[in-house]
Amino acid sequence: MSIQVSSNQGYEHYTVGAPIADTKAPDGPIEERWDRRRFEAKLVNPANRRGRTVIVVGTGLAGGAAGATLAEQGYRVVQFCFQDSPRRAHSIAAQGGINAAKNYRNDGDSIRRLFYDTVKGGDFRARESNVHRLAQVSVEIIDQCVAQGVPFAREYGGLLDTRSFGGVQVSRTFYARGQTGQQLLLGAYQALSRQIAAGNVELHARTEMLDLVVVDGRARGIVARDLVTGKLETHLADAVVLATGGYGNVFYLSTNAKNSNATAIWRAHRRGAYFANPCFTQIHPTCIPRSGDHQSKLTLMSESLRNDGRIWVPKAAGDTRPPNAIPEAERDYYLERMYPSFGNLVPRDIASRAAKAVCDEGRGVGPGGQGVYLDFADAIARLGRDTVAERYGNLFDMYQRITAEDPYQVPMRIYPAIHYTMGGLWVDYDLQTTIPGLFAIGEANFSDHGANRLGASALMQGLADGYFVLPPTLNDYLARTPAVPLTPDHPEVEAVATEAADRLAALLAVNGDRTPDSFHRELGELLWDECGMARSAAGLRKALERIPELRAEFWRRLKVPGTGEELNQSLEKANRLVDYFELAELMCLDALHRAESCGGHFRVESQTPDGEAARRDEEFGYSAAWEFNPSGPPVLHREELVFDHVHPTQRSYA
Amino acid sequence: MAALPTVVFMALTSERTERSSERGTPADSRSAVAVVWNSTVGKKAAMAVSGLVLLGYLVLHMIGNLKIFFGPADLNGYAAWLRTIGQPFLGHEWFLWIARLVLLAAVLVHATAAYQLSRRDLRARPTGYRHRRARSSYATRTMRWGGVILALFIVWHILDLTTLTVNPKAEPGHPYENVVASFHTWYSGVIYCLAMLALGMHVRHGFWSAAQTLGLNNPRRDRALKACADLLAFALTAGFLAVPIAVMTGAVK
Amino acid sequence: MNLTLRIWRQPGPDAPGEMTVYQVGGITEDMSFLEMLDILNEELILRGDQPVAFDHDCREGICGACSMVINGRPHGPERTTTCQLHMRHFTDGDTIDVEPWRSAAFPVIKDLVVDRSAFDRIIGAGGYITAPTGSAPDAHAVPVPKEAADRAFEHAECIGCGACVAACPNGSAMLFTAAKVVHLNLLPQGAPERRSRVRSMVAAMDSEGFGGCTNTGECATACPKGIGLDAIGTLNREFLRAR
Repeated sequence: MSIQVSSNQGYEHYTVGAPIADTKAPDGPIEERWDRRRFEAKLVNPANRRGRTVIVVGTGLAGGAAGATLAEQGYRVVQFCFQDSPRRAHSIAAQGGINAAKNYRNDGDSIRRLFYDTVKGGDFRARESNVHRLAQVSVEIIDQCVAQGVPFAREYGGLLDTRSFGGVQVSRTFYARGQTGQQLLLGAYQALSRQIAAGNVELHARTEMLDLVVVDGRARGIVARDLVTGKLETHLADAVVLATGGYGNVFYLSTNAKNSNATAIWRAHRRGAYFANPCFTQIHPTCIPRSGDHQSKLTLMSESLRNDGRIWVPKAAGDTRPPNAIPEAERDYYLERMYPSFGNLVPRDIASRAAKAVCDEGRGVGPGGQGVYLDFADAIARLGRDTVAERYGNLFDMYQRITAEDPYQVPMRIYPAIHYTMGGLWVDYDLQTTIPGLFAIGEANFSDHGANRLGASALMQGLADGYFVLPPTLNDYLARTPAVPLTPDHPEVEAVATEAADRLAALLAVNGDRTPDSFHRELGELLWDECGMARSAAGLRKALERIPELRAEFWRRLKVPGTGEELNQSLEKANRLVDYFELAELMCLDALHRAESCGGHFRVESQTPDGEAARRDEEFGYSAAWEFNPSGPPVLHREELVFDHVHPTQRSYA
Repeated sequence: MAALPTVVFMALTSERTERSSERGTPADSRSAVAVVWNSTVGKKAAMAVSGLVLLGYLVLHMIGNLKIFFGPADLNGYAAWLRTIGQPFLGHEWFLWIARLVLLAAVLVHATAAYQLSRRDLRARPTGYRHRRARSSYATRTMRWGGVILALFIVWHILDLTTLTVNPKAEPGHPYENVVASFHTWYSGVIYCLAMLALGMHVRHGFWSAAQTLGLNNPRRDRALKACADLLAFALTAGFLAVPIAVMTGAVK
Repeated sequence: MNLTLRIWRQPGPDAPGEMTVYQVGGITEDMSFLEMLDILNEELILRGDQPVAFDHDCREGICGACSMVINGRPHGPERTTTCQLHMRHFTDGDTIDVEPWRSAAFPVIKDLVVDRSAFDRIIGAGGYITAPTGSAPDAHAVPVPKEAADRAFEHAECIGCGACVAACPNGSAMLFTAAKVVHLNLLPQGAPERRSRVRSMVAAMDSEGFGGCTNTGECATACPKGIGLDAIGTLNREFLRAR
């Protein structure tokens, strides 16, 4: 199949720059690289650490862990969160669990196997050295969290319980009922709180980063807005760490928290940090479908439901009978039909695309036809209602609370939703972006999940980065970088502050007739349609035409009441939207240029004869790191991916 | 009457050093008392302990009262005996005065803590909700007013039957006759009955609350404690009310 | 359905506030309470009025941001968070009162938004286990009886929303503080700091201006995570034993 868009055919929307490479990972056996890197890293004399300031933006698993650890090491940490408390960062909503290669089950797990599973699960678009380090560090995370008092599930003998998750064959997922993210975050938050109380961390809650301060080529601070007073503040430091999460909210409807946003990473991108693989977004197949146009967010339900539920739609399009009135012969258990060996347990992306396909055929169920049934009738008949209740009772309750339907009586309705973004700021082995002194950790970076993240790996990566990876590499950066005094009246600093203030003033001045949310919804729908579960060159081109039009309309018709000198949630939304528009364009461009299917990125032009995603390693075996170009189209820098340890194979679930 | 303990404890507070709560050094016993008293949790514990002391006294008092049904000789003899407890180790009426001092201290601690905590509680909710609705049980809500009613009653009760200042009969050493005379006045009966109903409600919530405050409660014991509180409240109210009702109905003359 | 809303509007921390009446129409029963407010706010913006400010974030009942008293009950009539309260629990023509958390320790910032940072300071005073990064022994070095782990978890479920304070007639933070004390003091990892933790946290709680506990039980009734009054009993015991 020929793809019309590629750089050597002179596609006008981007240019190709010099390849980029990670120069920080040491050579040698992959098992020894992290130890060698840590040994080679320079140290800052403990007595001098108090004089070095580190800004950490975000207080989720990555940011909370990093802030606490850096403060413990003696640095002066200035930390920011837009929430009213660090404890509310969206890591708190993660349900499933956290992977670690502990091999407590003696079931053949190992660091090597976790490494292998993660690279393969990422569809061979992640960097081997980073992933191996993640697997190594995973073991320490569990120790750390248990010491903090995280109440993981335990067996009667008092030892930690684990379960298998996300289609792997070993039981390596540690969990705390359906609230693992909450418990891990509270552990990090409590460690951070201890440092705040000790005066080692200066916390600015309800404060949102608006821009990055770069002076003499180094990240030296941020401009932030106090969301209560509206005051713009400049904070300067020796290094800046972004732990601001993913950008899934660009789609408006996602499982992200309403206020999670991309402004910090996008402004950093505009200041020179490369943005890698923005089109790698993950869609979760088991979310509660939207009930109408008012829908403000989507709620995820654990994937474990697919272990016992059977997914189906009516065979005939436009069948509006209630589910229990549709006879067995007129139901299409399409996953079981299409993938007989894996059935309802096919990976997330396959299950999601199949759901979209049947809904596109007009066979979707529920309001708007955007849903498929997840039926527990067979499971209840086979296992009994009590067993089903024991396994899924809390999920059934949640579903019933939201939909007022009883899943014991009526099949659940589910539909895929945007859940996680694998793309993010490009970072090297040290988690440093292309701006010296600017680090990105957690979901904000792109490093470890390639084109698809495995279940229970997001929590692992966030904590690995925050507790164990960033502190030594940041130490190295600070040790090698002399402390240079900087004051807020430096012209480069003032320019950033002025720019941020001007932008807010411009948003307030439009005074049109459309609300920020109305634009966000429209942008989100466009992206969902054209850059969602299945992407085509034509659709992406359409989106790339439409987004600038919508942005122009935004600047013409936006309405933000109130002023900038007060708590103004409309202004916050509008300001985030400015960045979403630009990010959306880069996502579509990245999706358009990557004319292959891999992981969460499915190009309809690139599939196998039986409809599976077809990866094209020869042409696209790289990470796409995009450089912002203020005076022209973005510049693509390819980081070639080398697989010395895990040989790329094509997935097959048929 | 609330002033004394406050002054004492405030003096103790000022001696507290900044780091006295650190582990490792054996805490100064006085400062530990101050730390307890100055915390809301500790002050509630003081209320609980003093309340339980008063409750124990009330149970004995109520049982003693029932001797009235055995006639004047029994009750008056019992009253005389109370003055001889501990003799010859203690002098005449010494025990009674010790008991009165303990009770006075308990009332002072209980009332002072209640007053201070109530002030704090009201300050903690300076603006109320516009939407009003009924909250929790009647007994819980009336703890404060019930406490005030009981405090006023204690004053009346002492003037009536201890000092005999307002008693119609006022014959020292003849409690039976004094009681009968008192309850022959309508106001005395009414005051007494109302106070005993308040007492029942106070005890009903207070007993369970004290157990909770002292950390003696747990989910397994909760029902038993609540049943115990109900029983105590009922027994005390019924036992105390039996006397005025008997007098007013003429069963006791 | 059509509803009459009476919402507390207060432009800023020091400005006077009042209940303001709004009519909203076209509400469907599948909407969450916050989505109903979203609709009101979209209308207010287009009218050129200030939208109602309220805290919210995850909208799936776990972040603890949402915080409004609906018809006198924190988070409204159901035992859940406001974001998980759906309009099917109301009927056409209802008048609904919406107010912020009321507590001296939670000053109003704007409309329904209050400052709950007092909770963070209580945690900072001792609501943690001192375990600097890298110092941990193997996770299996200390087995924890399942019963203790489960009970710790049930109390660690607290989302710090503050409904307990909002519900308590005394504005007391005992349930919040107790939940954290029970969580950490039950675990062997939390044992070394057991006494100092409870002392410091209670001292911090008192110094923030929360009221005392009179065991009314309103807090446990309002708690969207079902944390029970027994937590307060345990806190009391831990505090008195810590002397």
